[in-house]
Amino acid sequence: MLAGVFIILFFYALGEGVAWLIQGFIPGSVVGMILLFTALCLKIVKPEQIRPVVKFLCDNMALFFVPAGVGVINATDVLSRHWQAILTACALSTVLVIATVAFIQQWFEKRRK
Amino acid sequence: MDNLLNSEIFILTLVVGVYLLAVWLYRKTRLALLHPVLISIPVLTVVTRLLGISYESFEQGSRIITFLLGPSVVVLGYLLYEQVTCLKENIVSILTAVFVGSAVGILSVIYIAAFFDADRVLIASLQPKSVTTPIAMSIAAKSGGIPAITAVVVIVVGIFGGVVGPFILDKLGITSRIAKGLAMGSAAHGLGTARAMELGTVEGAISGLAIGLMGTMTAILVPLIETFLN
Repeated sequence: MLAGVFIILFFYALGEGVAWLIQGFIPGSVVGMILLFTALCLKIVKPEQIRPVVKFLCDNMALFFVPAGVGVINATDVLSRHWQAILTACALSTVLVIATVAFIQQWFEKRRK
Repeated sequence: MDNLLNSEIFILTLVVGVYLLAVWLYRKTRLALLHPVLISIPVLTVVTRLLGISYESFEQGSRIITFLLGPSVVVLGYLLYEQVTCLKENIVSILTAVFVGSAVGILSVIYIAAFFDADRVLIASLQPKSVTTPIAMSIAAKSGGIPAITAVVVIVVGIFGGVVGPFILDKLGITSRIAKGLAMGSAAHGLGTARAMELGTVEGAISGLAIGLMGTMTAILVPLIETFLN
């Protein structure tokens, strides 16, 4: 378990290092995710080494953003001023994303046949 | 007494306790809108206020939990790896679909919000709305948004996408199982994936793959689009 914790922390740190080099263009955690994926594909990291840690973090991921979400109390004025913009933008955009992604994927599959 | 209430151990116990109760309630009722996060946030806001815990000590006390957002993004690399064979078989179509989907998601939010005269801070908070919460929060923070707004918006978008997704896919005549899963995960992250799993195992697996891809694409596209539009 501890080895798994180390591997995850190591790739997170590595990701932060790369993010620093590219002046934070992409968040370090996202770089860490890409690096971990690459290391697994290249068999540098064995999946079973990190599986317990992955399970713990994935199963409880929702808890980790609760404290930050409590900070929304400091943003109530923005929310009450712009609720129409927020609701419209998010609802329409979500429908557009679903339609775009599904259409493109299906188009490629049909073309291949 | 105040010292105890504002201490790290008290705040940590409170946060985990409230969250566990919210998870219990969610499992009992099975109502999408009672998502544990959407219950925990208002309950914790009220409870900390009643107990006289300042926002600063709350933030300080719950720092360990917030820290785990980073590692939980890294771990998504493992979930991507699990679907690597499926990704290889459909690499061109999947990458194109998610890339265009991510761009459409960001640009549509920017233009619709601008139509309502929303300010930069709000737009920056909304741009990553389709992406899994921990990635979305760091994208929002990087582009000058308010991560707390992002956290709440992302959950609501996920619930919305999970509920309307299958209906839209049906109306559009989407029959491909890969297309369905990819769309659900791209638009509604983990909550879309939970719904995609109900549609089928292929849909569920592809949806899980879409979460990490959409997160990566959006993390790259947000700063690119920002520099391009300015």
